[in-house]
Amino acid sequence: MNINVGEILGKIWNDSGFAAISSGFFANNGWQSAVMLVISFVLLYLAIVKKFEPLLLVGIAFGCLLTNLPRAGLYHQELWDSFMSEFLVNKETGEYLLNEFGEKIANPLYHSYGEILRHGGLLDIFYIGVKTSLYPCLIFMGVGAMTDFGPLISNPKSMLLGAAAQMGVFAAFIGAIALGFNLNEAASIGIIGGADGPTAIFLTSKLAPHLLGAIAVAAYSYMALIPLIQPPFMRLLTTSKQRKIKMVQSRSVSKTEKIIFPILVAVIVALLLPDTAALVGCLMLGNLFKETGLTDRLSDTVQNALMNIVTILLSTAVGATMVGSNFLTDQTLYIILLGVCAFSLSTIGGLLGGVVMCWLTKGKVNPLIGSAGVSAVPMASRVANVEGQKANPSNFLLMHAMGPNVAGVIGSALAAGFLLSVCQLLG
Amino acid sequence: MLTSLTLAAATPVGLGDATTLAILGYGVVFAGLIVLMLVIALVGKFFSRKRKAAAPVEVPTEEPAPVEFIETPAPGSAGELKLYDTPPKTAAMLMAIVADKLGKPLNELRFISIKEVK
Repeated sequence: MNINVGEILGKIWNDSGFAAISSGFFANNGWQSAVMLVISFVLLYLAIVKKFEPLLLVGIAFGCLLTNLPRAGLYHQELWDSFMSEFLVNKETGEYLLNEFGEKIANPLYHSYGEILRHGGLLDIFYIGVKTSLYPCLIFMGVGAMTDFGPLISNPKSMLLGAAAQMGVFAAFIGAIALGFNLNEAASIGIIGGADGPTAIFLTSKLAPHLLGAIAVAAYSYMALIPLIQPPFMRLLTTSKQRKIKMVQSRSVSKTEKIIFPILVAVIVALLLPDTAALVGCLMLGNLFKETGLTDRLSDTVQNALMNIVTILLSTAVGATMVGSNFLTDQTLYIILLGVCAFSLSTIGGLLGGVVMCWLTKGKVNPLIGSAGVSAVPMASRVANVEGQKANPSNFLLMHAMGPNVAGVIGSALAAGFLLSVCQLLG
Repeated sequence: MLTSLTLAAATPVGLGDATTLAILGYGVVFAGLIVLMLVIALVGKFFSRKRKAAAPVEVPTEEPAPVEFIETPAPGSAGELKLYDTPPKTAAMLMAIVADKLGKPLNELRFISIKEVK
């Protein structure tokens, strides 16, 4: 065997990303990848230095970094475009290819996970879990295992605040339609207002996967900014007297009630909106693991080990979808703009609900807890508590705010189910 | 079936239709959560009644124990508590523990700041 060291080294160089860069990768059509690399560094900075949702944003930013490196081959957008296309499309014109009878030609790779496994990179394989909704559902199971629904059970009226705080979802939906997005895209953008990352990923991966990166980044960034976004609205929409209201401690909830609650919610919500059965079912299963007291090992696994593993897979997979051609569009700017409007309007909706409830109960409810009706557990509750304490240092609203907060999780899942249902019907 | 929606849903939707859908959606979310609220309230009432029924019946003693009435309400906490790297929930727990150890009511103590020692 003749070993040509020069040939081997030459091949290694030619296969490398450095060769691609030196041959003008970034100067030609790869400039979008260069911009995305800069964006990934900015996101890493926000996650590590500014501590914006680091558990998710580090993975998202790193996924974005890996997917945009030349020749890394970890994620293939073209494979997923082909996966999504029911019929063969002319890549240059974007029109459907027709056979001799003028009929569209079926795409043999449509929904072919085998093709992804055969030719995909590591991040393509990670992304299968997003595409199949596995990750958001498992995250919801962990959230369920970590959530105490006691405050909601003891004060079921909190449900109304959780519903009121979904206003931003539907307002952003209208806004997205007004800006020219189609039905599926508008629904995916609207759900940012639910302030619930897994729900946003669940819905977007089904309806508008090309917007997944932008929507996930917007949703998680704004969730991290809740302490900045919410307080101005809280002070604007409530009076100082209302913010000082001390709420009476709720009744104690028995263990049996806590066990019955997840079963009841899962059954009712799955019957009402079957499209949310996966999300709410997993949320409630996780909660049941926690509440039975007999499945501590499962509860512990779901809320720690499993949650951490899925977070790694989900965040890097979502980051991998941030390909320049998909992300660097005016749509991303609109999504970021609509996202902040959605968050703000959801906060306003919850606060207005709180003000109405305060008025109806003759001052027994502090309207600040309405702002916690956006999901973002437990950040939104903490913000309500902090604002309550600013008005009255001896005021502890945390547990009272947890009621609307967890109701918001169910509310945003219901909103997602409705939007999914509508898109199925009208699409 | 769901994933095929991406291609199919390029259908433009008018602003009027979008508003109708939004109002309908908001209504459905409210309806769903109201149903849950009613069911949870009913279950809660059922268990409250059951608990009351199971509670031991109080037998009146010949000489009822004297009841202490506090004429003036206890003074509320004063000042502002500063938290450094401490979540409010943890702070509340710490204050309760300190009050318990000192054997004094929480509202008679004044906490100035709580800081996590790293």
